[in-house]
Amino acid sequence: MTEIQIDQELDIRGEVCPFTFVKSKLALESMDSAKVLRIITDYEPATDNVPRSMQAEGHEVISIADNNDGEWTIVVRKK
Amino acid sequence: MNLTEEQIQRYSRHIILPQVGGIGQQKLMDAKVLLIGAGGLGSPAALYLAAAGIGKIGIVDFDKVDISNLQRQIAHGNEDIGRWKTESAKNTINGMNPDVEVVEYRVPINAENAMDIVSQYDVVVDGTDNFPSRYLMNDVTVWLDKPLVYGSIFQFDGQISVFKKGDGPCYRCLYPFPPPPGSVPSCHEAGVIGVLPGIVGSIQAAEAIKIVLGIGDPLIGRLMIFEALEMKFHEMKIRKNPECPVCGDSPTITEPIDYEEFCGVQVGV
Repeated sequence: MTEIQIDQELDIRGEVCPFTFVKSKLALESMDSAKVLRIITDYEPATDNVPRSMQAEGHEVISIADNNDGEWTIVVRKK
Repeated sequence: MNLTEEQIQRYSRHIILPQVGGIGQQKLMDAKVLLIGAGGLGSPAALYLAAAGIGKIGIVDFDKVDISNLQRQIAHGNEDIGRWKTESAKNTINGMNPDVEVVEYRVPINAENAMDIVSQYDVVVDGTDNFPSRYLMNDVTVWLDKPLVYGSIFQFDGQISVFKKGDGPCYRCLYPFPPPPGSVPSCHEAGVIGVLPGIVGSIQAAEAIKIVLGIGDPLIGRLMIFEALEMKFHEMKIRKNPECPVCGDSPTITEPIDYEEFCGVQVGV
């Protein structure tokens, strides 16, 4: 697997819905098109909700990974 | 873009919307909206514009709160009776959203001050209850090229439209000149069901917000008519009149006019 270059990282541990998406969206808005954002969350429902909302806005969800320590990583490429 | 943690939380339901986002919220926070009147229409419009985070709201009203206003003017309360409506509305607005800068104009809007006041804002929401102010606001917004969100109410019926120079007609394309004084029931005689301005003023706020955000289709070239008894909305297409005395091909009105007030008092003097 080719390594994806991460352009920005967002730590939203401690945040719950809808702020997981709100903060992810704000981070993406400040980035250029095609740049990649890595989101760290400790709120499991966000692993469904954030990627779904990101896709609905046209962004590409590259990966959703369980870090096996109560945290998850979501990687999104801005449209 | 520089939203504080508190603003992110306050406006989160806006930010989530694909058509708004943080970028749109910033547009709202940078926007300046002028309300003509803090009465039946101005109250709900002011509250929703303030809740939406409009950065600066100007309010023109030369009236004080009377107990007979409280049946419909929801920006004011019992304890505000006797206060200036601008002051009472400012208090209500900032109680809900302290971020909003409220500018009070405790003056009758007239030919002398209208251009100066309107020129400082991006959008005008017309919540007047009289023809002189309505015609004056129409003319001034045409000359200054500012979108005008028009609303009016009568008993159980309301009208809403958006007049924007270049994109559609103005109020005078529809009604070139005011009716002669005494020919229509005045605001004091007609009566109004209290919830009606709540509906119409909220639609005006929605249109102002859409204009600021540059989204959707504002009511340009369309007159929306609402009938509360039948609970129906109708829509009429309205066209630009090439012979309009203000926005037509050869305008005959080129300076602000103070028409005689129809409710029996003189404005603008």
